[in-house]
Amino acid sequence: MSDHKTMTLTLIVWRQKNANDPGKFETYTAKNITEHHSFLEMLDCVNEDLIHAGKDPIVFDHDCREGICGMCSQVINGAPHGGQERTTVCQLHMRKFKDGDTIYIEPWRARAFPIVCDLIVDRSALDKIIQAGGYTSCHTGGVADGNAILIPKTVADESMDAAECIGCGACVAGCPNGAAMLFTGAKVSQLALLPQGKGEAVSRVKNMTEAMTACGFGNCTNHYECMAACPKGINVKFIARMNREFLKAQFA
Amino acid sequence: MILDGKCPTGPIEQTWDKHRFDLKLVNPANKRKYNVIVVGTGLAGGAAAASLGELGYNVQAFCYQDSPRRAHSIAAQGGINAAKNYPNDGDSIYRLFYDTIKGGDFRAREADVWRLAQVSNNIIDQCVAQGVPFARDYAGYLDNRSFGGAQVSRTFFARGQTGQQLLLGAYSALSRQIKLGTVKMYDRREMLDLVVVDGVARGITVRNLITGEMESYAADAVCLATGGYVNVFYLSTNAMGCSVTANWKAHKKGAFFANPCYTQIHPTCIPQAGDYQSKLTLMSESLRNDGRCWVPKNKADLNKHPNEIPEEDRDYYLERKYPSFGNLAPRDIASRAAKEQCDDGRGVGPGGRGVYLDFSSAIKRVGADTIKERYGNLFEMYEKITDEDAYKRPMRMYPAPHYSMGGLWVDYNLMSNIPGLFVLGEANFSVHGANRLGASALMQGLADGYFVIPYTIGGYLATVKPGQVKTDHAEFKKSTEDVKAEQNKYLSINGKKTVFEFMRELGGLMWENCGMARTKESLELNLKKIPELREEFWKNVKVTGSGSELNQQLENAGRTADFLEFSELMCRDALHRNESCGGHFRSEYQDEGEAQRDDVNFCYVGAWEYKGDNKTPELHKEPLKFDNVHLAVRSYK
Amino acid sequence: MQLTSSSIGRKILMAITGQAMVLFVVVHLLGNSSIFGWLNGGINAYAEHLHSLPLPIIIGVRLILLAIVCVHIWFGIQLTIENRGGRPQQYAVKSTQKATFASENMIWTGSLLAIFIVYHLLQFTFQVINPETAALKNLVPLHSEMVPNVQGMVVAAFKNFFVSFIYVGAMVTLFLHLSHGIQSFFQTMGWSNDKSQPLIIRLGTLVALGLFLGYVTIPLTIFAGILKG
Repeated sequence: MSDHKTMTLTLIVWRQKNANDPGKFETYTAKNITEHHSFLEMLDCVNEDLIHAGKDPIVFDHDCREGICGMCSQVINGAPHGGQERTTVCQLHMRKFKDGDTIYIEPWRARAFPIVCDLIVDRSALDKIIQAGGYTSCHTGGVADGNAILIPKTVADESMDAAECIGCGACVAGCPNGAAMLFTGAKVSQLALLPQGKGEAVSRVKNMTEAMTACGFGNCTNHYECMAACPKGINVKFIARMNREFLKAQFA
Repeated sequence: MILDGKCPTGPIEQTWDKHRFDLKLVNPANKRKYNVIVVGTGLAGGAAAASLGELGYNVQAFCYQDSPRRAHSIAAQGGINAAKNYPNDGDSIYRLFYDTIKGGDFRAREADVWRLAQVSNNIIDQCVAQGVPFARDYAGYLDNRSFGGAQVSRTFFARGQTGQQLLLGAYSALSRQIKLGTVKMYDRREMLDLVVVDGVARGITVRNLITGEMESYAADAVCLATGGYVNVFYLSTNAMGCSVTANWKAHKKGAFFANPCYTQIHPTCIPQAGDYQSKLTLMSESLRNDGRCWVPKNKADLNKHPNEIPEEDRDYYLERKYPSFGNLAPRDIASRAAKEQCDDGRGVGPGGRGVYLDFSSAIKRVGADTIKERYGNLFEMYEKITDEDAYKRPMRMYPAPHYSMGGLWVDYNLMSNIPGLFVLGEANFSVHGANRLGASALMQGLADGYFVIPYTIGGYLATVKPGQVKTDHAEFKKSTEDVKAEQNKYLSINGKKTVFEFMRELGGLMWENCGMARTKESLELNLKKIPELREEFWKNVKVTGSGSELNQQLENAGRTADFLEFSELMCRDALHRNESCGGHFRSEYQDEGEAQRDDVNFCYVGAWEYKGDNKTPELHKEPLKFDNVHLAVRSYK
Repeated sequence: MQLTSSSIGRKILMAITGQAMVLFVVVHLLGNSSIFGWLNGGINAYAEHLHSLPLPIIIGVRLILLAIVCVHIWFGIQLTIENRGGRPQQYAVKSTQKATFASENMIWTGSLLAIFIVYHLLQFTFQVINPETAALKNLVPLHSEMVPNVQGMVVAAFKNFFVSFIYVGAMVTLFLHLSHGIQSFFQTMGWSNDKSQPLIIRLGTLVALGLFLGYVTIPLTIFAGILKG
């Protein structure tokens, strides 16, 4: 099962010291990479070589390395997270590449996500959208019994489909307009579907979409690139649902 | 010194209610005058910051990630326990309490565990109100499953992402408070020191991970919710950024570290594929409901395709050793059994470190579609990582470090021995004893954050005057200088080995000699080797770049340096505890593979006091008393 | 008003005005197809029927159409400019998974259509491009009345290769614009879900294709000499 074939790859990586640096591509060689390396482990190897050579390693965001924290964020050959279906960069494995491949690695690019350093961007705009209304205003303690509100399985399941969002921002990175509609739509839908969230549905959709624009995200033009980029496979039906919620809110 | 947990006395059912009444209250109008720092925004920290902010305190919350939503609580898959007894199968607060004490191998405090079981029900209600989409049945009622060998179905879940959903619930509550201005959020900050003034915790020193600047924050109370330390093994299921640093810095400022040797090894993780590997991926324990663990009986069969090995040549070792629990034996037992088979030379896969988890008989019984429905996402994840189809050939599994039961010592109020320093969630030692039950980590984190600290912190703050120390105090300045000096030291060594290389080496030592099974010899070997490695680190580590910019090597250097010190304490604790209990297995103390506890000599919490660099720490004991659950041998045969 | 200022509000206005124009285009095609003679008197009778409507209705409809077009163009340009800024720096490697040529070039197909509409109005409504064949100046008898010879004007125009070419080209553009626009309407209004969406996308393209085929039949049959004046 574990053969000892290794690959050599050419990496063309975006390097940018800080927010004010214009940035440029640099070329590196990744050697002795096996098909069992994850993409980030491949970068780890390149970085180890760079450090030994006294150079600054490539800086990238990562944490859980099991596809759930939403920290990793790289555009590989033009595709957020590398373009493998339902996969984050950290779960992408090198068996998807061949010996001799040239790989472009870039950060998320969107006006609302300024680059911090190399492949790291500032995604605090996503937090701001949630702060604008991505919650139910319940108080700690003093809530009803969990079974006091009945939520049929179909509704709970659909809400869960929306709630799976890991907030990585790939939808924004993949969108040619840098829009955050899938991210916002998923949260609006999750709460709009549940009885607990209905009370604040009107103010929520208004405030969250306003925050979206204020943060500098673009507008949706229904390309559905977001859905293709999403490592959790969140469906654009949640954008449709948000649009519906928005329309309803205009007449409420 | 004999430590006092300050547990309330009297009938156990009334302890928490009585204690809540006895706690002093802070006048609502005065709450905003108190500053509270919360470090870490996982389940415990996020819930605490949100709840304290809502009460009216001035909260400052910190995390090292770019957003509070990314804390590693997010990775918990299975579920969260609560004593709701919705399925009417005989569960109760008492039973959850009993199971937790027994599961913890009688090394936790009764009163703390009782409280946990009592508030477990409130947690479910709270999360439902927040919009957490728990699994429901067609009629709309909350669904439960049995988990980790429990005899009742008390686990609530949201697909295989329960931790994520609960964390996002806490994050949403936190976001609401940030918007309201009661919580100020500082992300991409790493706590590098605790500031103690006249023996009282008064603030923290953090590094801004973007600019590299040192920042000081003062408060009337500091809450650490900074998670566990199993990254001391280098390869674990923890996130890459998880470290002991915050806890260790607090320990060096006087906080006692309790039971560091209690670490949990999760039995079902994907085995390591090579040296370059950076982390291990856990596969939910629920797989063992339908998967059967086996290894070949004969070493000659090791290189055969597993499907070619006939039934009679397979050793279903868990079913053989534990006929009544079979493949559902508790985590520590299942893990050790897997290790035994591999140590016997019958492990499969690269390096002989793996056992098969076989679904073929379950597929024959209920069909591949049903298995897909139950575990589809896990099979998909397995295939992504290993490129093997688990519907067609058995999965390979191996245990991996997963959770730390030990942590900073706290009393019943979750306050450490340093007044004003509270410790929540995995970071403290309190409720899991020597072994944690499945689906109980989420429960503890949220219990501490939503329903314990909001009460107990008031009891402390009511006794202190707000705003006594500001960041212009000399101690803050000194702390900043010390941290800066340490950072400059990493940068100036300019040796030959990278931080990762040291961490990998340390992890290897810990896993080999202080991992699933420990002996006096292996621990003594570590106590010799770790100081050597530490010495080498300080002479030969190479960190490029500077301290006044984003520098991930520098971050990791600090974490590694702390692990290099902490690991020694962990080995020392394991060496002193001449018994086997829960996650701490000393090979000398066993009865044919079963842990042999020594209640006469070791029925206590071992809390270590830091005595200075390269000095032997001092052990303090807090005796454990069991008035409600009788000490018994934990047998799963 | 969030409808005219917000991101989704403006999208909804784009969708509604766009869909109104689709309806117009459908009706327009049905009317034009009278040139094939299914209406007694052909397209001349159809034109006469339209012109005999009360003046306020004619002016009203034209103003409404104008307003719809203006809103669609105004917000179309505004949103496109904003969206271009949404990602100031492009990726070195372009890789699209779901976006189509049509969806990516709405502003260009839209602009071409706007130019075409002006040309089309000048040619067949204001009839200033080829004054000698202008219908208004060449009356023909119909049911004992003298009516403008629309048929003659259209046939004369499409006999010219370049005119036919422009019209066919414009209809290709229309097809592209609508193949994205029709399904987009349902998504923007929130009337689609994961099950209906693939169907809506297919139906939208089918409608766009139908309109394309319907419209190009007129210049093509005339140019080929099948349909005569």
